[in-house]
Amino acid sequence: METLAGLGYGFGIALQPMNLLWCFTGCVLGTLVGIMPGLGPAATIAMLMPVTFSMDPTGGIIMLAGIYYGAKYGGSTTSILLNIPGEASSVVSCLDGYQMARQGRAGAALGIAAIASFVAGTVGVVLLSLVAPPIARFALSFSSPEYFALMALGLALVVLFAGQSPLKAGLAMLVGLWFTSIGIDLFSAQERFTFGQTSLLNGIDFMIVAIGVFAVAEVLGSLQSRQHTQMLAVPRGLRNLLPSWAELKACRFAFVNGSITGFLIGVLPGAGASISSFIAYAFEKLFSRHPERFGHGAPEGLAAPEAANNADTSGALVPMLTLGLPGGGTTAILLSALVLWGLKPGPMLMQDSPNVFWGLVASMYIGNVMLLLLNLPLVPLFAQALRVPSYILFPAILGISVVGVFGVAQSLFHVGLLAGFGLLGYVMARLGFPGAPLILGFVLGDGMERALRQSLQMSGGELGILVSRPIAAGLLACAMLVLMMPLIGRFNRWRIKGIAENG
Amino acid sequence: MFQRVLRDSDVIAGALLAALGVFILREAWKWEYAGFDGPGPGFFPMWYGVAITALSLWLAVGRVLRLRTEESGAVDWPGVGRALGTWAAFGASVALMQPLGFVLSFALLTFFLVTVMFHQPVKTALLTAVGLSGGFYLLFPLLLNVPLPTGLLGF
Repeated sequence: METLAGLGYGFGIALQPMNLLWCFTGCVLGTLVGIMPGLGPAATIAMLMPVTFSMDPTGGIIMLAGIYYGAKYGGSTTSILLNIPGEASSVVSCLDGYQMARQGRAGAALGIAAIASFVAGTVGVVLLSLVAPPIARFALSFSSPEYFALMALGLALVVLFAGQSPLKAGLAMLVGLWFTSIGIDLFSAQERFTFGQTSLLNGIDFMIVAIGVFAVAEVLGSLQSRQHTQMLAVPRGLRNLLPSWAELKACRFAFVNGSITGFLIGVLPGAGASISSFIAYAFEKLFSRHPERFGHGAPEGLAAPEAANNADTSGALVPMLTLGLPGGGTTAILLSALVLWGLKPGPMLMQDSPNVFWGLVASMYIGNVMLLLLNLPLVPLFAQALRVPSYILFPAILGISVVGVFGVAQSLFHVGLLAGFGLLGYVMARLGFPGAPLILGFVLGDGMERALRQSLQMSGGELGILVSRPIAAGLLACAMLVLMMPLIGRFNRWRIKGIAENG
Repeated sequence: MFQRVLRDSDVIAGALLAALGVFILREAWKWEYAGFDGPGPGFFPMWYGVAITALSLWLAVGRVLRLRTEESGAVDWPGVGRALGTWAAFGASVALMQPLGFVLSFALLTFFLVTVMFHQPVKTALLTAVGLSGGFYLLFPLLLNVPLPTGLLGF
């Protein structure tokens, strides 16, 4: 009942003409960003955040979220037409999507991707509407020890899932914690790690780190690996973009599988859309009567990962909106946007700012319909974005990055820091250190330190407070278990190897 | 073997991060760890400093042990050169923003990238540089009222 009332209120806000316009703008920008390899939603949202500062927070978050889930729709276009994923989460869509296109079914593949995205996007928002209120109610009982434990669990999950090496992900996260310590300590007014620079007394703005590590580093990385690929022709006309009845029938379980798998994995911090799309694809192949068709243009092999990476978006918004815990780079930037507008993401958001919470959720229902309408007939038009030469696109991204940082900090020192973080992001990517844990460490570090110190003040310095409260103890135990998992896995491999050698 | 160890990216990253960890610990040591009110400003940095040092040493040492059996990956040096060249040009344009302002320094950066990194004709580079800089000037300060860095010439 609470959900229905909230949704009714949210639709009243989301259907206001200006909010519809922001939703549409976000969806169009997101689709374009998704289509263009080398430009992700995290970088785009970070670059556009300064433009949204003067906007009403509801309109601003509706537009930025539109970019986030719109990019998932657009990401499949390049996977299908170029065999290059527009987004990391669209990698799996290349497997069967590109094969379908090579067999002359590019239109049907684009249509299946759009329909799968719509179905899963809508299922994801329904699940978000249903699960967010009870989670927020539960989290109202949290105090500093529970928040510290929750953030520790979030960071542990990020370390486990982000990138191929948990060790490198952990180091990236710790460096993020260090960056967040730079500036004056609010408890004691002690300067920390400022190197005598007065410009660093207020710390480093999150925008500088996010734009540097995502946007500038993406430009540098794309310039290193310049790819030249021939794009397959995009069929024109809606009729040529609609899949056949047989293809839709083959995809019906893939839509359900992708929607549920994507949402559940999206809720886990750090797991991300890439993992959910891989798992949905694996499930689809495992339970298929014709697994041999996968990788050779099976429509369900495209539908499952596309559905998963779209449902993942709604899942990822659950911990961000209800607990103030972002699960990845893009949600971390969205969370920072809410904070910059003076809002407090977490269990109180639904009560304190119901217009923002329910307005955003309702706008996602509308945005999914907009994206379906945009992506089916207008795919040939969007695909033209791929013809923008990279020698125009990349300098433009660097320019927007400078404008974004200067707009926030009004100082060339901070623009210099942007260049530094760009290099750091590039070097990290080359050495296999994922960027998302660094960003999450940076976003959560301040709150985590505050929660830990407040907890220890409550207990007079006794660490026991973290394990004497049941929820905090349970969350910390989960975090420890998560951090132990790579070690348990390694021990298991040694054990199996030992048994094989002896037996 | 020793040469390979010194050139391995994980070993270098591990060593640099270990140095960062030691630096953090040295700084945190100077601040109060815990007082009457609870933990001090040195408490949190001390713990993540220890974690950075330990994990980076684990990364470097683990890599050295594995190097006996594994080959290091090949590095695309021309690609790295392109990326670092772009970064150096970007850094130089940021430094030039103080005297020249955004519009001129960004035009120079664009011209350099289009001609040197993308091997386009000078005419294309000039058009792109003028078009992008002019577009930024029109869009941000004039239409959106978003400030751009200004130089000695006032724009």
